[in-house]
Amino acid sequence: MSSDPHLVEFFLRQGDNALVLGHRLSEWCGMGPALEEDIALTNTALDLIGQSKLWLAHAAEIEGADRSADDLAFLRDAYDFRNVLLLEVPNADYGRTMLREFFFDAFQLPWLKALTDSTDDRVAEVAAKSAKEAAYHLERSAETVIALGDGTDESHAKMMAALDYLWPYVGEMMVDDDVDHAMAEAGVAPLPSAMRPAWDDTVNATFREAQLPRPDTKFAHAGGRNGFRHTEHLGHMLAQMQVLQRSHPGATW
Amino acid sequence: MVEAVSISEAQVWNWLEDVPDPEIPVISVVDLGVIRNVDVRGDDVTVTITPTYSGCPAMSMISLDIELALARKGVNKVALKTQLAPAWTTDWMSSKGRARLEDYGIAPPQPAGGPKRCPHCKSANVQRVSQFGSTACKAQWRCNDCLEPFDYFKCL
Repeated sequence: MSSDPHLVEFFLRQGDNALVLGHRLSEWCGMGPALEEDIALTNTALDLIGQSKLWLAHAAEIEGADRSADDLAFLRDAYDFRNVLLLEVPNADYGRTMLREFFFDAFQLPWLKALTDSTDDRVAEVAAKSAKEAAYHLERSAETVIALGDGTDESHAKMMAALDYLWPYVGEMMVDDDVDHAMAEAGVAPLPSAMRPAWDDTVNATFREAQLPRPDTKFAHAGGRNGFRHTEHLGHMLAQMQVLQRSHPGATW
Repeated sequence: MVEAVSISEAQVWNWLEDVPDPEIPVISVVDLGVIRNVDVRGDDVTVTITPTYSGCPAMSMISLDIELALARKGVNKVALKTQLAPAWTTDWMSSKGRARLEDYGIAPPQPAGGPKRCPHCKSANVQRVSQFGSTACKAQWRCNDCLEPFDYFKCL
């Protein structure tokens, strides 16, 4: 097995996106606004953490540094994470949590479907498994964005505030870099920018129903998926997520 | 004197029919469709399983239950292989499993994407409460006639 650094990077990006969003959603466990929502949030978290384990296991294997998926999840520092910034910012209220998940789901479903055609069997297999779950995630997050955006004056105002906060983070998902070009050349994955039309269609259609305006700013924060500069929030999240393995290395139960 | 009897693959499949799903004990792991292959070479038995949902916490329990069940039959050299592709689908659930689910109060998966009828009163007048339920594989529905809530094993 060749230890292709670009390929390791690619698997880490997939795994870290799923892990960081999965952890953020799991923070709602026991605190959802209604029992059904609590259950849905945590089931989605479970799917994502399961998917992350599959991606990170391959990353660890290709890396060949004698690390496991768990080592990658629980023993790396913030600057080694490769998730997009959108997924690490705090949940804030329920509306922002769901709008963030919707922005990701709208990218992730076409992305995973495209990855099922990967020349790398490992990528195609994990993507095929994950895409089925992602279809349920998008169905629910889109419905919730519509319900809250087109809900009461208060829910609409909260969604507008969430939109103002989150919008500058969405662009990073669809900006290509050297790793993306290397993957596209090898037939491992399409360019993330190729997801833009599908993402726009889903977001525009959902926003129309949700009575939410689409902001026209093109500004995009960056630095998560290449590890250049994460937000200050990731370190705090990892402190909580990793504390057990940091304090009691190798603990199992 | 104990005579070594070679075991057959059919026998192993039969034994696995008695291993219940840890979350829904009325159906077996075979009914669920997660056993993809059984391979017997001499004393070595390899069972290939596929996960239902990526994060399903029952998978490690299923693996353990399979090992224990086969150990009780005297099979000690069991290798469990996990296979991801082709991805598990509810289409692999046996018709026996589907009938048992309904008897148990869980509406079995339907191609239409929702339950055909209430598992309690059999009315078709049913309504979705949430696409997510008590486990990754279930959604919450309610019957508008008998007013009972029920689980629906959703399609994947």
